[in-house]
Amino acid sequence: MDKFMIDLETDLEVMRECCRSGKTKEASWRRSQLKGLQTFLKENEVEILRALREDLGKHYVEAFRDEVGLIKKSLNLALKDLQKWMSSREAKLPMIALLSHAELVPEPLGLVLVISPWNFPLALSLEPLLGAIAAGNAVVLKPSEMAPACSSLLFNTLPNYLDNETIKVIEGGPAVGEQLLLKKWDKIFFTGSARVGRIVMSAAAKHLTPVTLELGGKCPAVLDSLSWSWDKEVAVNRIIGAKYGSCAGQACISVDYLLVEKAFSSAVVELMKVLIKKMYRDNPLESQSVGRIVNKHHFLRLKNLLTDKMVKDSIVYGGSMDEDSLFIEPTILVDPPRDSTIMTEEIFGPLLPIITLDKIEDSIDFINARPKPLAIYAFTKNEAFRRRMVSQTSSGAVVFNDAIIQYAADTIPFGGIGESGIGNYHGKFSFDTFSHYKAVVRRSFLTDFWFRFPPWNNYKLELFETAYNYDYFGMLLVILGLKRSRRRFDVR
Amino acid sequence: MIIVSAGLFKDCGSSIVGAGLGDTLAYHHTYKINQVSFSSSIPSSSYCRATLSITMEEAKQTFDVDKAAVLVKELRKAFTSGKTKSYEWRMSQLESISKMIDEKEKEIIEALHKDLSKPELEAFVSEISMTKSSCKLALKELKHWMMPKKVETSMATYPSSAEIVSEPLGVVLVISTWNFPFLLSLDPVIGAIAAGNAVVLKPSEIAPATSSLLSRLLVEYADESAIRVVEGAVVETSALLEQKWDKIFFTGGARVGHIVMTAAAKHLTPVTLELGGKCPVLVDSNVDLQVTARRIVAGKWACNNGQACIGVDYIITTKDFATKLIGALRSVLEECFGKDPMESKDRSRIVNSFHFMRLVNLLDEDKVSDKIVVGGQRDRSQLQIAPTILLDVPEDSLIMQEEIFGPLLPIMTVEKLEDAFDMINRKPKALAAYLFSDDEQIKRKFVQNVSAGGIAINDTILQLAVPTLPFGGVGESGMGSYHGKFSFDAFSHNKAVLYRSFAGESPTRYPPYTPGKQKQMKALISGDVFNIMLALLGWFKN
Repeated sequence: MDKFMIDLETDLEVMRECCRSGKTKEASWRRSQLKGLQTFLKENEVEILRALREDLGKHYVEAFRDEVGLIKKSLNLALKDLQKWMSSREAKLPMIALLSHAELVPEPLGLVLVISPWNFPLALSLEPLLGAIAAGNAVVLKPSEMAPACSSLLFNTLPNYLDNETIKVIEGGPAVGEQLLLKKWDKIFFTGSARVGRIVMSAAAKHLTPVTLELGGKCPAVLDSLSWSWDKEVAVNRIIGAKYGSCAGQACISVDYLLVEKAFSSAVVELMKVLIKKMYRDNPLESQSVGRIVNKHHFLRLKNLLTDKMVKDSIVYGGSMDEDSLFIEPTILVDPPRDSTIMTEEIFGPLLPIITLDKIEDSIDFINARPKPLAIYAFTKNEAFRRRMVSQTSSGAVVFNDAIIQYAADTIPFGGIGESGIGNYHGKFSFDTFSHYKAVVRRSFLTDFWFRFPPWNNYKLELFETAYNYDYFGMLLVILGLKRSRRRFDVR
Repeated sequence: MIIVSAGLFKDCGSSIVGAGLGDTLAYHHTYKINQVSFSSSIPSSSYCRATLSITMEEAKQTFDVDKAAVLVKELRKAFTSGKTKSYEWRMSQLESISKMIDEKEKEIIEALHKDLSKPELEAFVSEISMTKSSCKLALKELKHWMMPKKVETSMATYPSSAEIVSEPLGVVLVISTWNFPFLLSLDPVIGAIAAGNAVVLKPSEIAPATSSLLSRLLVEYADESAIRVVEGAVVETSALLEQKWDKIFFTGGARVGHIVMTAAAKHLTPVTLELGGKCPVLVDSNVDLQVTARRIVAGKWACNNGQACIGVDYIITTKDFATKLIGALRSVLEECFGKDPMESKDRSRIVNSFHFMRLVNLLDEDKVSDKIVVGGQRDRSQLQIAPTILLDVPEDSLIMQEEIFGPLLPIMTVEKLEDAFDMINRKPKALAAYLFSDDEQIKRKFVQNVSAGGIAINDTILQLAVPTLPFGGVGESGMGSYHGKFSFDAFSHNKAVLYRSFAGESPTRYPPYTPGKQKQMKALISGDVFNIMLALLGWFKN
């Protein structure tokens, strides 16, 4: 490890020097690196899809939809908008400012660290990476050791497409992560659990490094008692897709549990059974369409969630497991005890508790009694209820009548609040996350007023006091010589 | 920006030892300072030590962790009730604060005079009117700020729409500082209220008069169920930092910034850290000398006597121009503060004897003391140091390594102006960087190559007063920003809200991934990725 640290420090010093030299700031550098990522995806698509299958048993369609395709889309956007993002934005001077000019200039933060998780090992590595590159930073990426095939693919192949002086992939587990966290970074971007998030932020505090923490939480889905069967079917399909269809529920924004009205619950369960069967057929273990649990540790964790008798008894569908293939069947539980682990911790797997409520409006209190989730999904046509859901709950995002797709929208920020994270990204927000907006004010030497400088006397004070009743800000501008004042002549 | 000192009791006798927050988190004494007078002090550079003699009385109530927990619980109750979220509540609180500033102006000026001997006009301009303008702007713009922002959905407008909704973070803590104790306390509080949060303000104990004034006034003018002031020093601050907040907004020194962020990490609390740093001024030889000198004086001695986080810290200029600049500064200083600057009432004093000794130490260092070209006089009883200019002190001297935060101004000379960029970039990133020049190329290079929180060209301090610009640091000078709408944003969460209908459903999205679907996919893959996305999400239009 000592040698690792020494080598690392040497590498980082080179990277810092590159930042100082301004190399990474150049638009041409950013563009060429983004194009490098594009080529990487294009030339290694088969390998990537294979690695995702190996690590997580993802079907290649799912892998393309959730990982490769999404990154391609983000790269296209970044390349298209880079020029626009990089240009400085003029700030309005609020009043008549004489010969002054203000603007916001985005500048890279410097050397940044991206720590990515195992559940979307490609997308959650490359999405922040491309944001950091677009913003002109040197980047160290540490993919998760728990998705070894993807980690090794990123480590061995990705560097062939990128500038190795300024972008590095470092493989390793918690020990390597700890070593990395000892270093001084200009930003740390972390995706993972709240527990490790705390460690990352404490480490960052030592160097006053800003952090973005993309965590998770128990994302609820609220299903109103929809009357039309088409709506019902679409809603349930979308819930099933968001629970079992993306990495077998091992996603920070997958549906964690479902809230429905008591009277509606049995209809929902029946419909779910039918639609799950339609998607995953009679033997889901044989179906290639559902992902695997990432490793034995998580498999056992999920298995343990079901050991409590009360929980076990609440299973109404599924529940079968195969330890050898790390497969867990899409499972539905109705009203497990609310204080059981399955209802207090993030599930992160294909188990779906359905909690029944007297009135669907009670879901707001139910959600507010728990830590703020990364997303709330509400399937409803009730306009008033929607408004209440937006204004009376707090979460990273609220999505109506769908789930998970907010991840693909570039125009809204993706990120959490409270226990679900700090900061956000996606689209232009990714660029912002890795940029510092420098305020720049320019003035000429021409306008300057005598009363701005000491010695202070009653005369000058009087000037301010007469202006006192009018407009403080205008006065301030007067003082700073930014605005002509009639009073100037009165005083003289 | 500041070094927290004084306010910690070493023993229960009549003397206190002020030390850094970090070194003294273990103290649990429960006294309240009534009156502080300064006597002898023994400073040392790395530890902040100052011995002060005080009179004190045992406070009736101790603010400890339990009290802090109760406080947060009460405020959380107020927040959960939803009242702070309403537009009406926010407006009424802001209006009330605005009224408070109007009605209590005299008391505010008096308190600032007590704490810092701040000249009345300076107090008025840099604290009262700035705070008031923040308040007015928030009152005027609040409705607009609170409005959800509609955004286009990038993947075809049909059948989805999206907006970004600003929601309050919850219960927030504002820890402020002593150099602009009124402005830097209320400015963030105004932002927190505008954004609809419940807020606790901890003003600095190093400006005790303003601290106690704020505590009294906010009880009188603000809604006590959601806006509170906790006075105190390290013990109280530590008790507060143990609690779970939804945001901590801290203004102060980098060292305490570490402590704040470490405490925040335990609860995953986002922080804004407004720190300081050595703000350089680069002076080209082609400038209007008189205007330049005036604006430098305004950004140094007329700005709380150099005790400002964005104040001028040092100057870099070319060798041959330095003498001219010194001449101009000398004459402007005389214009502003008279022949004997020690007699002038137009500068704030040094805040306390700890900081006085810290500054004296910077001056008395070997190879520094003989570099004084203007000023150098000091008066310990008045806590005053004359405007002092030093020429070409060694770069490794303390005065060029640490933030000066006082009326001392080193001028460093370089052969070519471009050499200055290196000197600036070797140091940690500052909160502000200033350039005086008439050369467009130098201006462009400066903006491009110098990283700092903000930059002003041909002026100082000005960027602070522009509410359309974010105010905040980068790297060592802090994280996050505020002012104007940025204050509102600093205390808001941007919630993404996406609306979909039940129409536009595509079976391609769901398993089983049949050969038919694969074929459809393949056809799509040959086309635009965008369309593939649409198809996968069921938004593909045939």
